[in-house]
Amino acid sequence: MNRARRTFLPFALGFGALVVFILALEALIRAGLINRFIVPLPSQIAGAFGRVIVEEDIPHRFLVTAREALWAALLLLLVGVGIGVLLYRVRLLREATETWVAALASAPTVLMYPLFLVIFGRSETTIIMMGFVAGVPAVILKVIEGLASTRPVLINVGRSFKLTELQLFWKILFPAALPTIFVGLRLGMIFALINIVGVEFLINFGGLGQLINDLAERYDLPGTYAAICFVILVSVVFFFLTDRIERWLRPVD
Amino acid sequence: MANVAPISSMAPRSSAAAPILVVDDIVKRFETPDGTVTAVDHISFDVAPGEFLAVIGPSGCGKSTLFNIIGGLTDGYSGRVAVAGETVKGPHAAIGMVFQEESTFPWRTVTENVAFPLEIAGLPKPQRIERAQHFIDLVGLTGFERRYPAELSGGMRQRVAIARTLASEPKILLMDEPFGALDEQTRLLLGDKVLAIQDQLKQTCLLITHNITEAVQLADRVLVMTYRPGTVKRIVAIELPRPRSSEIVSSDAFGRYVAQIWGDLREEASRGMRDDEQHIAERAP
Repeated sequence: MNRARRTFLPFALGFGALVVFILALEALIRAGLINRFIVPLPSQIAGAFGRVIVEEDIPHRFLVTAREALWAALLLLLVGVGIGVLLYRVRLLREATETWVAALASAPTVLMYPLFLVIFGRSETTIIMMGFVAGVPAVILKVIEGLASTRPVLINVGRSFKLTELQLFWKILFPAALPTIFVGLRLGMIFALINIVGVEFLINFGGLGQLINDLAERYDLPGTYAAICFVILVSVVFFFLTDRIERWLRPVD
Repeated sequence: MANVAPISSMAPRSSAAAPILVVDDIVKRFETPDGTVTAVDHISFDVAPGEFLAVIGPSGCGKSTLFNIIGGLTDGYSGRVAVAGETVKGPHAAIGMVFQEESTFPWRTVTENVAFPLEIAGLPKPQRIERAQHFIDLVGLTGFERRYPAELSGGMRQRVAIARTLASEPKILLMDEPFGALDEQTRLLLGDKVLAIQDQLKQTCLLITHNITEAVQLADRVLVMTYRPGTVKRIVAIELPRPRSSEIVSSDAFGRYVAQIWGDLREEASRGMRDDEQHIAERAP
């Protein structure tokens, strides 16, 4: 009972706040305090959902964007975690490159899209690579942070049991760093998804980003906002999946 | 009621049985910005099979350095550590270490923690769970097998760490202030647990501590270290009857041992305190 209340109350409060915000927005637009040609009525956006889903083939576009995001996530996992582990292990490499990786994390990499267009053409590969480039610094930095902040006593326990270097990594360092690595992966996915949808928008290719571009150019604001809601849904799906995987890998902290 | 042994009878050597652990003329120096510091200076002692030796000293006397040297986690020292006649360089399967800090793996259940050394040894899962259960029962954590460390108290977590080390079946259980972070009452009760385990397994134990009560409660002999550089000041044989329990702390003999060891330690601890104050004064703006 108490636990149910503890989980239900924050959810109810959050959901309630969202409903109040939407109702207030509706009221302010209807009262003319917000220009309805810039911000469409929430009720119009809700009404546009059905139209957008049927007429603009949302399921297909959703899957295209989700597929691009999944590829970017896999690249982040393999390359980002891989480079992070390498930089943690090779101190000289880490000290030589960590500042550059941090600088890259704050760079507006989306502006590099013409270069990627030249290399990969107007294709899904360009979009995936742009997503990957945006997300990978965060993953690398968090992997290094997670591994480096493993408590020395846990490493000493491993050494006292005569673990090999490989056992020490897989049995102690990696599980100890897992929560921080997942923070990195989530951050990386946020940056990747922003770039994926942004580049779809910019090069007018692919899934939901292209649709947002089309709808905006048609000045279909309710439709544009409805499509943006589906982008958020992609993000929610990925957060849900990473959360499940993390709980499976490391049940309790 | 046992009496305090006269100082002349306090032999630096263990009983007649061949020692299982020999610590011979260990010297360890560290380079610091203020120059070379000798942490441990010509320390020698040995431990007989089944014996419980406590090493006590003030903060900064090199106790933890000695712990790391015996456990094989520190090198670059002179002298020799030998287990059952074999010189030890690096971590050794015969020495099981229990650390001062919380050292359970938070991502593993109690059983998975305790079974860890068995997993590393390649024991099949059913067997390692069975072995782990034996040690979980031994430390009194039956019923908590599926719990994670975050769900346990500090004292329970240290018992998991002890069970994990015991599961590797070491010849010597080497402990560095395992109950240092716990309150006095829990510490006394866990002392009882350690006494019962030692009695049951006839486990050789080497305890590093700064707590006099704990040392006298548990040990057969107490090695008192000097403040920096850490040397052997005295070894006191604790001739209190076994099996013991924490009730012994109220006996007269116990009080006399504590007073005697404090007499030795007081001077060293005062030197340590003066040294600390001087360091802080020198660094003051």
